[in-house]
Amino acid sequence: MSLAVLLAAKAVVLVLLLLNLVPLLVWVERKASALIQDRVGPNRAGILGLRFAGMFHNLADVGKMLTKEDIVPAGVDRLPFVLAPALGLTVALAAAAVIPVADVWSSGGRSVPLQVADLDVGILWVFAVSSLGVYSIVLAGWASRSRFPLLGALRSAAQLVSYEVPLALAAISVALCFGTLRPNEIVEAQGDLVFGALPQWGILLQPVAFVIFVTGALAETNRLPFDLPEGESEIVGYHVEYSSMKFGMFMMAEYIHVAVASALAATLFLGGWQVPWLPTEALRTHAGPVLAGLGAIGALGGAAALAGALRLPRGVTAPRSRDALAIGGLGLAGVVAGLAAAATGLGADLGPGARATVAAAAQALAFGAKTLLLCFGFVWVRWTLPRFRYDQLMRLGWRQLTPLALANLVLTAGALAALGELSR
Amino acid sequence: MSDVPDHRGDLPALPTEEMLVNLGPSHPASHGTLRVLLKLDGERIVRAVPEIGYLHRGFEKSAEKGSWTEVIPYTDRLNYNSALLNNVGYCKAVEALLGVEVPPRNQAIRVIVSEMSRIMDHLIAIGTNLVDIGALTNFWYFFNLRERFYRLVEKLCGARLTTSYVRIGSLQHDLYPGFEDDLRALLPEIPRAVADVRGLVERNRIFHERTEGVGAIPAGEAIAYGFTGPCLRACGVPYDVRKSHPYYGYDQLDWDVPVGEAGDARDRILVRFEEILQSARILGQALAKLPAGPIAVADWKVVLPPKERVYGSIEALMGHFKIVMEGIRVPAGEIYDSTEAANGELGFYLVSDGSGRPYRVRVRPPCFPIYSAFPRLVEGQLVADAVAALGGLNVVAGELDR
Repeated sequence: MSLAVLLAAKAVVLVLLLLNLVPLLVWVERKASALIQDRVGPNRAGILGLRFAGMFHNLADVGKMLTKEDIVPAGVDRLPFVLAPALGLTVALAAAAVIPVADVWSSGGRSVPLQVADLDVGILWVFAVSSLGVYSIVLAGWASRSRFPLLGALRSAAQLVSYEVPLALAAISVALCFGTLRPNEIVEAQGDLVFGALPQWGILLQPVAFVIFVTGALAETNRLPFDLPEGESEIVGYHVEYSSMKFGMFMMAEYIHVAVASALAATLFLGGWQVPWLPTEALRTHAGPVLAGLGAIGALGGAAALAGALRLPRGVTAPRSRDALAIGGLGLAGVVAGLAAAATGLGADLGPGARATVAAAAQALAFGAKTLLLCFGFVWVRWTLPRFRYDQLMRLGWRQLTPLALANLVLTAGALAALGELSR
Repeated sequence: MSDVPDHRGDLPALPTEEMLVNLGPSHPASHGTLRVLLKLDGERIVRAVPEIGYLHRGFEKSAEKGSWTEVIPYTDRLNYNSALLNNVGYCKAVEALLGVEVPPRNQAIRVIVSEMSRIMDHLIAIGTNLVDIGALTNFWYFFNLRERFYRLVEKLCGARLTTSYVRIGSLQHDLYPGFEDDLRALLPEIPRAVADVRGLVERNRIFHERTEGVGAIPAGEAIAYGFTGPCLRACGVPYDVRKSHPYYGYDQLDWDVPVGEAGDARDRILVRFEEILQSARILGQALAKLPAGPIAVADWKVVLPPKERVYGSIEALMGHFKIVMEGIRVPAGEIYDSTEAANGELGFYLVSDGSGRPYRVRVRPPCFPIYSAFPRLVEGQLVADAVAALGGLNVVAGELDR
């Protein structure tokens, strides 16, 4: 019973986490693109004079999406038309279920894996589920009974099927190296050191696979330079006929796909929840200093926010004074909380449960930082590169990435066999 | 499935069908209201039929309704990306029919505003072309520079888009004091913005693959279609009205005509990059040589006399009255005169019956013959190529449909 409750709770937390990541990613996309393009970016929408550097614009967008007229054009195939966006979102969320956020929390004989489902074929699950995402796009395009969406759907079907192959081959190379498909074990194995100095991350063992995986992930998430299914300046996209929140769900699914792809890449190649040079045991034994370190990071962040707020115009009538107050207040709170945490970590003696929690928090932060870094990479690429053409996309996928991934796989397997690792 | 023919062991051929798709008249890649009816085999274009006229406002007919001067605001709305060039082109044609030549300072100012306008037009042509192939950031790099030019234009004539700065035999007014410094401060920004965008595309393989051989046309055929401007020069033909039939002292300035080789979308973009730099060169020289003196011809039958003279002398008052009430009396006759606009040769064929109103104003917009070759350029290529090619032609519906 309690297991079911725990599972449900974890699922709800994960879904909420991912859904809330969407506005954050949208904000990052907007602000980062503005940064790249010498613009200011969104900074108008606000609540009670609070703007938070355009963060609230997402709330306005949600309100807009929800209140717009939900048009189902005459002549569409109703059931698939309505089903498609929901399917896309569900699939995107489900794929994240097996990705571990931190090492298994254990204390006093109880242990809680910090992922929704600890499958022994977790990597396969991600590919199996996320490849269902193509149905969402194909159904949307087909059910729209419109020509541009149809073109988008066909492009998408070909593209997603093609790039699944190198993507999976790259992941298999990594799985071969670590001898398992269980995500948590893959991450654990990445805690070992090579040459006694560098953490044995997937990117070190399989640099080629990392490049292939990230390229394939860009294609799987339909983002530039692979956004042909959308191709806004050519065929306008597979979701032309959608409006209101149905369109919003496609948008959300795209960003969740980005987040999941980044999380998976972090898991496979960047050591997942591993804090470099600090395995779980070390984190638990030195929980005090770790907590102090986390507190220090929090205090630094708070101080940065405070310093930023002090630069904003002040005074009752200044246009952004409330922003200054709110950000400054939050920064101050961060400083205080961080210093308190640091003091606790250095002073108090922590119990085993608290130690495990501190270790898990540190690992979750490391994992989140790696994932967000990769997400930013996705954004960066989008605003830098032009779009491929359909035939060039297919050529890159089948003639370049797939043979490269295959060669990499064969080389990896050969090397492992020569080292006698495969018999394990 | 008895009606499917048996292929003796082969798989029966799947029935396929060609699909008709409307690209436009409202489509993110059609700059303005262009409509192309595409017959597609998969994504390959079998036939392309452009339909024009969605932005037809009756420019040529409207021009016959008022005086010669009243046509100038209409010319702003031909190629609205480079209104100043249209102003210059029209006024130069009317002056040629009148047989007057504007003073050297006026000519130099016209060269300066023309080249500014050309730079602004090329910035938007390259920027939107790159947006069409998915590279959005370049657009903003160019728009920053373009915005600074627009501020300068606004300071010069009070309007950003619809400038109407040039007058027959004169200008709206002389340069404001400090214009030279403003422009000189802007000149170093031009190569910087070009370098920014070139840095993003020039060694980018996706860019080359997307534009190489796309919408290509050999020089002979391009000439047969009536290509001019950057699209013709991209084919390797160094034809430029400013060099072939120099006006306003372009022949005394030191600048080059960049040419491409393949006549494809890539060469069109690269030629425009280079033309921006050449225009910057012209601007620098024209600024250095800017002569002093009057801007208006000394003929009160062509330009309005100065206001203080109107109030003080009967001749000036009569000149003012005649121009305002009857318009400029252009002698009966006809003329074709052309200038190098941003897209190519912008020609005006004017017919006057000797009254104060134009009898006929026929425009030869540079992009009309270019667009007529569009089906030839894209048939057999992919939808994405059509979009990339369309952006490179820089077809502006305003001057296409008139």
